[in-house]
Amino acid sequence: MGLVLLVVIWLITFISTYFFLAKTWWLPVGASAAAAGIDHHFTTSYIIMGTVFVAAQLVLGFFAWQYRERNATTPQALYSHGSNRLEITWTILTTVLFLGLNFMSSSIWASERFRPAVSDALQVEVTGMQFQWYFRYAGPDGKFGATKPQLEDPSGGGESALGVDPADPASKDDIVSAVMYVPVNREIDVILRAEDVIHSFFIPAMRFKQDAVPGLAIHMHFTPIATGDYEVTCSQLCGLGHYKMHGILRVVSQQDFDKWLASKEAEKQ
Amino acid sequence: MATSDFAAHAVHAHAGPTSWIRKYVFSLDHKVIGIQYFFLALTAVFVGMFLSLLMRIHLIWPAANLPLFGEIKPETYLTLLTMHGTIMVFFVLTTAPQGGFGNYFLPIQIGAPDMAFPVLNALSFWVTALAFVVMVSAFFVVGGAPLHGWTGYPPLSALQGAGPGEGLGADLWVISIALFCLGALMSALNFITTTLDMRAKGMTLMRMPLTCWAWFITAILGLLAFGVLLSAGILLLLDRNAGTSFFVPLVTINGQLTGHKGGSPLLWQHLFWFFGHPEVYIAILPAMGLCSQLLSVFSRKPIFGYKAMVYAMLSIGFLGFMVWGHHMFMSGMSPYTAFAFSIMTMAIGVPSAIKTFNWLGTIWRGHIRFTSPMLFALGFVSLFVSGGISGPFLAQPTLDIQLHDTYFVVGHFHLIMGVASIFGIFAATYYWFPKMFGRMMSEGMARWHFFITLIGTYAIFMPMHYLGMAGHLRRYSQLTELSYLKDLVPLQQFMTYAAFVTIAGQFIFLFNLFWSMKFGKKASDNPWEATTLEWTTSTPPPHDNFAGHIPVVNNGPYEYSVPGAPRDFVMQTDPPLVKKDTGH
Amino acid sequence: MASLSTTASVNTAQALLAGGARPDQDAQDFFARLRRARLGIIVALTAVVMIFVSYSSAYIVRQGLPTLDPATGTLVRDWLPLQLPSFLLINTLVLLVSTLTMELARRQAVRVALASGKIYTSGTSHADSNSMPWLALTAILGLSFLAGQWLVWRELAAHGLYVATSPSSSFFYLLTGMHGIHLFGGILALLAAGAASLLRKATTTAAIVVDATAWYWHFMTFLWVYILCLLEFAR
Repeated sequence: MGLVLLVVIWLITFISTYFFLAKTWWLPVGASAAAAGIDHHFTTSYIIMGTVFVAAQLVLGFFAWQYRERNATTPQALYSHGSNRLEITWTILTTVLFLGLNFMSSSIWASERFRPAVSDALQVEVTGMQFQWYFRYAGPDGKFGATKPQLEDPSGGGESALGVDPADPASKDDIVSAVMYVPVNREIDVILRAEDVIHSFFIPAMRFKQDAVPGLAIHMHFTPIATGDYEVTCSQLCGLGHYKMHGILRVVSQQDFDKWLASKEAEKQ
Repeated sequence: MATSDFAAHAVHAHAGPTSWIRKYVFSLDHKVIGIQYFFLALTAVFVGMFLSLLMRIHLIWPAANLPLFGEIKPETYLTLLTMHGTIMVFFVLTTAPQGGFGNYFLPIQIGAPDMAFPVLNALSFWVTALAFVVMVSAFFVVGGAPLHGWTGYPPLSALQGAGPGEGLGADLWVISIALFCLGALMSALNFITTTLDMRAKGMTLMRMPLTCWAWFITAILGLLAFGVLLSAGILLLLDRNAGTSFFVPLVTINGQLTGHKGGSPLLWQHLFWFFGHPEVYIAILPAMGLCSQLLSVFSRKPIFGYKAMVYAMLSIGFLGFMVWGHHMFMSGMSPYTAFAFSIMTMAIGVPSAIKTFNWLGTIWRGHIRFTSPMLFALGFVSLFVSGGISGPFLAQPTLDIQLHDTYFVVGHFHLIMGVASIFGIFAATYYWFPKMFGRMMSEGMARWHFFITLIGTYAIFMPMHYLGMAGHLRRYSQLTELSYLKDLVPLQQFMTYAAFVTIAGQFIFLFNLFWSMKFGKKASDNPWEATTLEWTTSTPPPHDNFAGHIPVVNNGPYEYSVPGAPRDFVMQTDPPLVKKDTGH
Repeated sequence: MASLSTTASVNTAQALLAGGARPDQDAQDFFARLRRARLGIIVALTAVVMIFVSYSSAYIVRQGLPTLDPATGTLVRDWLPLQLPSFLLINTLVLLVSTLTMELARRQAVRVALASGKIYTSGTSHADSNSMPWLALTAILGLSFLAGQWLVWRELAAHGLYVATSPSSSFFYLLTGMHGIHLFGGILALLAAGAASLLRKATTTAAIVVDATAWYWHFMTFLWVYILCLLEFAR
């Protein structure tokens, strides 16, 4: 039975570790400035925690087999209540390991979240509503027009879904898009809002996630570094249509972005 | 002879009630109440398991038309996952280890004739049972059961129009949880008072088995945490029904204003997780205490580092109240606060690691007997490592950005709560069944059960980590919309097939349980040759546990293979050992 | 007799620290049972404390919590402090007096139990009718307090302040309501103790119930004063 346990535990360990090492199912390719640092820290964590995982399971399996009771009485099991020195040693080592791992990642967290977006970031207001994402651009005046919940009309789509107040002069040049266009290599200041319940704005390729909470307008930023289309998802249970609340982040060159914005503005007139 | 909480107990043996109702239904005997809790949890776990089976079927065959059930609609899936989570966390993981086995064995293991307040004990069970009935009734009312997840975040859970099932079903869900809180608080009161006030002579705190420590610390956690959940539940009921706005800001549902304003959804999250994090330690601590016990008994070795194990459990309990924010890294909470919580979370990993080292140290150079409880104890260690290792990933906000609300989290908490904790319950059943029912369970069936469950649960939950890394979100009722999910469907299919096999394997356990009650080999008083007090009394124990002879304790609980002793175990009631401690 | 509570407290502390000192046969001992009941009440009150700690922190945080005004896109604070009706002071006085009568009832019950000379077994004594006036008075005062709270609620309603009117009114109703529910539980315990006395149950049992209820009652008074201060000074 000890041998069976060893084999089962070791096999489970090797098979699961194989798929982690082979990266058979893995992080999508990172396309933001923060991705490299985050992915690097993933790798570090995997190496460290993975080693602990494999070591612990292999030792468990080995001990289960090695220390099976062969003879009922002799030699007896070791009568030991433990070792204070060992306790202190492995407590210190574990503390150093765990806290060290955390401090290593803290600089990334600080750089992403402790500072607001740079002053020339592109502001995009992202609003979650059951079950769609709306992306609003402030337009040339750089100001977002007021929204009024009483004016909301989800069936209208675009501005009317958000309840943008046409009476506010700042809303005249606001653009609401179903696709999130952004220029590459520019910091994007996302202003997250939610109309009804909590949603969460998650772009896997950008390593970007932030809950959109009703009653708050949360600022968060990221910098895309590769053009292309990226899937945008909702990552907080928001009701019936949670699974189909997704959109597209389209990263284009600055010129293409300007062209797109201009054409949208022109449509509005 | 009926007893009240405060009437004097006779010094001689206590006969107990004789009518069937007083003996088996409204009993005040902690042993009967423990068994009642156990069967409540057993019912709940099969209901919860059935719900998860429907979930797994729906994920890979969305259009499947099941006999009797019909087609599983998308909103039904969300209802299934809400009720699965709620029933499993509350009525299985918080009920069986503590209310079930704790109730039965805490008094006996400390040498007491019953719990401190037997009437309160019975009341706590019946309130919990009522809570379960209310919870299940949510399925059968207009609109059905709620779909807001076991975490119940408002505004989704606070607005009756936010989704199907968010009407009466959601109210019943909150009421059930509130009732459960009351039952849990009453039970915690009993456990704490009993442990502090009713230990037999010689049973110092540092001679208590680690199971008793675990139940005691779990009760303290419950005492401090369930009040906060109750508070949150009351606020949610007010928001839902009285028009208050504790949690709901100015929102619209389908473009319609709701009349609420100014509330904070984050307030719910803080209150809920202040409870929710200690709750997961409530779910695992009894299993940890039992694992320590079983590894010692079946390696014929003292537990490695008894004091360290006690301090580790105390630290886990204490730190458990300081880490709740790690469920909220992405919530809109201040990033500075997030950093503080993440440091505390990494800190709580330390005592957990220490316990694992000590478990390995216990079996090192032992004489391992591969009984069914031991198999599950060893399985627990493996699963605790696996489930625990993914913790430090989630504890770092930088990595949590990518992993939060994905299957990585689902895999993490299932391995540690949904499997390791459950292995603790299985181990407890196999271990204490002889004492409770006077017969042994079949070891052959137990081994089949063990290997199917160990391999099956790894097969179901290990792949969830890969899914999470690839960006597979959780609580998705269909996998047809996101383009990148298509490549991940084969893994989901594999998990469903593994679930079929694993669930089938649980019926072996169920059969073994009931068959052995009638046909199992008769058990002696101490079939495992263990040292703690429950093995000094008859099988099953008499009404007052010790037939009038309250034990006097002379030894610690883990005196195995003592050099020079006549047997390879020294019971706690045996004459005191004169021995040299080799580090304690 | 005034030192009874000190003696029992010292017993409690010593016994708990020593660990495993008293086998359960001693539960017949009045002091041991008293100690166990008091321990139970302290543990139960810890849970009650947690409920009001959560409500207090929610109250404080809510006052300063900004919420998004969509019209301006800015965060605004919408807390309007509530003017407390002065009748609350009368109620507070009633409760303070009731805590006094409760303490008198407690000391009387314990005196009677000790005087019965049957500390180690149950038994009734003719002296137990003495405990009625203080106990009944406490119950009456408690009910008066609750009636007074109801009047305060009516007064607020007359000013258009209901539970859902504003955040501050919500918290007022919540805190006073939760306290009232807990106090009502205490009144039920008093009635149970009174019934135990009337039905000539063991004076030792009655004394323990009255003692435990007294601790609970004093805590409810302290909790009320705390809530009042919170509502008044942390507006």
